[in-house]
Amino acid sequence: MDATILGAAVINGLLLGGSYALVAVGLTLIYGVLHIINFAHGSLLMLAMYGAYYLLVKAHIDPYAAIPLMVVAMFAAGYVLYRGLIGRFSHGKDENILLITLGLSIVLENVALFFFKGDSQTITVSYSDRMVALGPALVPLPKLVSFAASLVLCAALAWFIARTETGRAIRAVAKERQGARLVGIDVEKIFAVSYGIGIACLGAAACLLIPSFYVSPSVGNLFVIVAFTIVVLGGMGSFAGALVGALIIGLTESLSGLFLGEALGQIGISLIFILILLFRPTGIFNK
Amino acid sequence: MNWKIPAALLAAALAYPFIFRSNFAINFGVLVLFYALIGQAWNIAGGYAGQLSFGHAVFFGTGAYCSTILQLKLGWNPWPGLAAAAGAGALVGALIAALSFRFGLRGSYFALITLAFAEVFRILTNAVEFTGGGLGLLIPLKRGAANFQFAERIGFYYAILALAALSIGIAIWLKRSRFGAQLAAIRENEDAARALGIDTYREKVKVMALSGALCALGGSFYAQYYLYIDPTVVFGLDKSAEMLLVAMIGGTGTVYGPLIGSLLLTLVGEVTRANTEAQGLSLIIYGSLLILIIGFLPNGLVELFKLRWRRKARA
Amino acid sequence: MVNRKSRITRRRFIGTAAAASVVFGVPTLLRAQAKPIKVGLVHPITGFLAYSGGQSRMGAMMAIDEINAAGGIKSMGGAKLEALLGDNQAKPEVGVSVVEQMQEAGVSAYIGCFSSAVALPATQAAAKYNTPFVIDVGASDNIVNRGLKNVFRLKPGFNACVDDAILGLGEINKSVGNPAKSAVLVHEESEFGTGTAKLLAAKLPSIGVEVKEVMKHANPTRDFANLALRIRGLKPDLLVMSNYQNEYVLLARTLHQQKVDLVGMFSVLGGGFNYKFVKELPDVAQNMIDTNHWFDPTNPRAQAMKKRVEAKGDLFTFEVYLSYNAVKFLAEGMTRAGSADKEKVNAALASSTWSDHFMPYGPTSMVNGQNTGGKAAMLQASKTDIDVIWPAKFASAKPVFPKPKFT
Repeated sequence: MDATILGAAVINGLLLGGSYALVAVGLTLIYGVLHIINFAHGSLLMLAMYGAYYLLVKAHIDPYAAIPLMVVAMFAAGYVLYRGLIGRFSHGKDENILLITLGLSIVLENVALFFFKGDSQTITVSYSDRMVALGPALVPLPKLVSFAASLVLCAALAWFIARTETGRAIRAVAKERQGARLVGIDVEKIFAVSYGIGIACLGAAACLLIPSFYVSPSVGNLFVIVAFTIVVLGGMGSFAGALVGALIIGLTESLSGLFLGEALGQIGISLIFILILLFRPTGIFNK
Repeated sequence: MNWKIPAALLAAALAYPFIFRSNFAINFGVLVLFYALIGQAWNIAGGYAGQLSFGHAVFFGTGAYCSTILQLKLGWNPWPGLAAAAGAGALVGALIAALSFRFGLRGSYFALITLAFAEVFRILTNAVEFTGGGLGLLIPLKRGAANFQFAERIGFYYAILALAALSIGIAIWLKRSRFGAQLAAIRENEDAARALGIDTYREKVKVMALSGALCALGGSFYAQYYLYIDPTVVFGLDKSAEMLLVAMIGGTGTVYGPLIGSLLLTLVGEVTRANTEAQGLSLIIYGSLLILIIGFLPNGLVELFKLRWRRKARA
Repeated sequence: MVNRKSRITRRRFIGTAAAASVVFGVPTLLRAQAKPIKVGLVHPITGFLAYSGGQSRMGAMMAIDEINAAGGIKSMGGAKLEALLGDNQAKPEVGVSVVEQMQEAGVSAYIGCFSSAVALPATQAAAKYNTPFVIDVGASDNIVNRGLKNVFRLKPGFNACVDDAILGLGEINKSVGNPAKSAVLVHEESEFGTGTAKLLAAKLPSIGVEVKEVMKHANPTRDFANLALRIRGLKPDLLVMSNYQNEYVLLARTLHQQKVDLVGMFSVLGGGFNYKFVKELPDVAQNMIDTNHWFDPTNPRAQAMKKRVEAKGDLFTFEVYLSYNAVKFLAEGMTRAGSADKEKVNAALASSTWSDHFMPYGPTSMVNGQNTGGKAAMLQASKTDIDVIWPAKFASAKPVFPKPKFT
């Protein structure tokens, strides 16, 4: 194997991991606090990507400039969804949340099909095809930006959880629901806020992904299983874990694709996932 | 034990094709029983023993590929192939369970590892030559009951009825047997069950083997009914989700939950599809209905019946 | 997408379908009353193939509306065609359900199914009733190879498409002094890509092109950066791809970004090669060559239809005109049969010599249900349009080959 190809594959893998981290970081928050598997994560990402797409096409707002707007909008969507639907309909049963988010993903995907039709949309912005030489690899600028953004996003979330009042309440609820309730924390509200923040991350992720990717009603499915894998790998609820997990998965996918071929190479992710679950089920960052 | 309900259900199921004779109706019956079977397979692990799985398609696909490969490559008759499929499903179930439970996986960790195994099987089947890879496997048309290719749909109907009845029979037996009681104890509190002297590891491996075998029967039937399988169709996430939905919407851990869930979801699927025109609308309704059912009947559709029985009992 | 007329027919289907699903047993009365000829459209309207299914439905509906506006099937007293709209969700079991449901509603023929995995069991279900089934889109040759007497396909299967691709590529390469001597094949993992790549790998050496490697990728694939690296490392003259829309576009885009220099970028049945691709990513699309089902650009009816579709804001993709022509082929067969009797229609379709299409085909000639008169065209994208470059008889432009290098 040529060393430059290997080097470039490593760089590509890390960058790919960066974009996975964007999707996984919100999921790990939701998982860490609510202990639920949010099957609607992918379809909410899809919705956010359509948001970013239409903001560019109809209102001529550059995807990067749209980030604040999309973050706020997706936070609101997540908060309302939890308050109005998920929290209310789950009756406190985790399996039911799973079913509701599964149902929700079916609905959202088809609402998108209904309104936006099924074909994939691609956008071109001035920097879409701008390439940056990074060692042996030629890297599209949007990928580099999204990699940097994933670092910032993880750090910002970690700061928010560690330093703010809401963050402390979230940590308390994640650790001990009953105890948090006893000290006067509105647990249901914290659940909704956490879900909202988790979904808000997708707003940013969507804006960062769209310049170099496409959007279609089923695009979310591409990221869901990978994001679950990353969350488990990093340890549920750990932002640093999500980031490192995402980089490992990105690398794994890139290298196993290189050595086993792009089709069989997909098996690398599943195998890593199985091994981690068996040997370190609480993830690499949790004890 | 009240034998009236299963007897009445069986009588109704036996009579159904004589009342509704069209192929459409019989195909509908086949689908209901087919989903009831694989839903029950899921339920036995996920409901009775509390071992939730997101990747039951791994057993379904194993069954489908096992009987099909035996048939195409080794010239087996599909009937013994069906038995072999059950064996293969049991084996894969036991292996996955042994590995996962040996390492102490529980709850969503176990659910996710089954999903990962289903993915591994899908990717491998896709990659290697001898499963036909991405081309899938096409079973040549050779109509005849001896080939498990009935000339008429009614033959398939009774075949799947037998399999579904078997799965419900097993579910009834689990409710009454010591094995079932042990599973219930594991579901409610595994540590307490172990303290009571139950070998939880062994019982969980056993139940996964049983569930895998039933699910593989469903897969083998599917291959014979449609005569074509490919990795995405039989190992895909869709199939895993369908089984889980049928069982959970109907009511997990109950004997008739999967049957009720299957009946409703198949009906809703057919009716919404046939009566909507715009793209996506049918599944918007379907998904919304799922959410509503869970919202108002958090323990599944069986609750409706339980309420009625209770009311009757009180009256 | 669907006009008012079809909505009326739709409601009628709802009636019968509802009757069928509630009172399963008694559809015969309804059938006896139905005077129009019911044509069942079995396309993937939801699920991951929803776009293609919708396009097919649109094309078929345009043909049906046109036939009805022109007075229906003349030999049957001007009987109108009535569309039964089905959704196979790209799942085999759903496809079979739809076939049975339409049978209850008294369908006279089916059009479908886009995906081969659905078409195989669906045609088999229809074969029980001997109901004619015209495959509008569906690549696998197994669909027509199984000896089912009710199955017909107007468009060439992938075997024939590969033969055309090889022939065209050979001619184009030769005309400029054979600059292309080696190739890498990239294909998606399912039946369509795998089958196409297998045939290509076997046949490319016959025109003096050595196959350096065959690369298979998953559906979906999120990133093609490594594949691009490997292709660059292998330094092939040609890249030949066969994959679905999303991966096609993503791969083409990545190769463009990575500035991988090739003598030519080819695809066979390239899923993403359409007007939208050219419009959205003109720099990427420019000079790419695809062998695909295409209309005859010299035929004014094709151009008129293209205008009509585009006026609605839709794309004139291969699904649209393949489904359109499949319905026209069926209607012509029914006209000659003079009745909706299944035996007669099957016989009429089997002996069809229909040539009133706007495809680059000769007269229809069915062998075991496969039209052997069909032909794929070779197309090349410019920055603004798509031109036919082969066969020369239908060509609207000269090929740009070899492809100019990146600077």
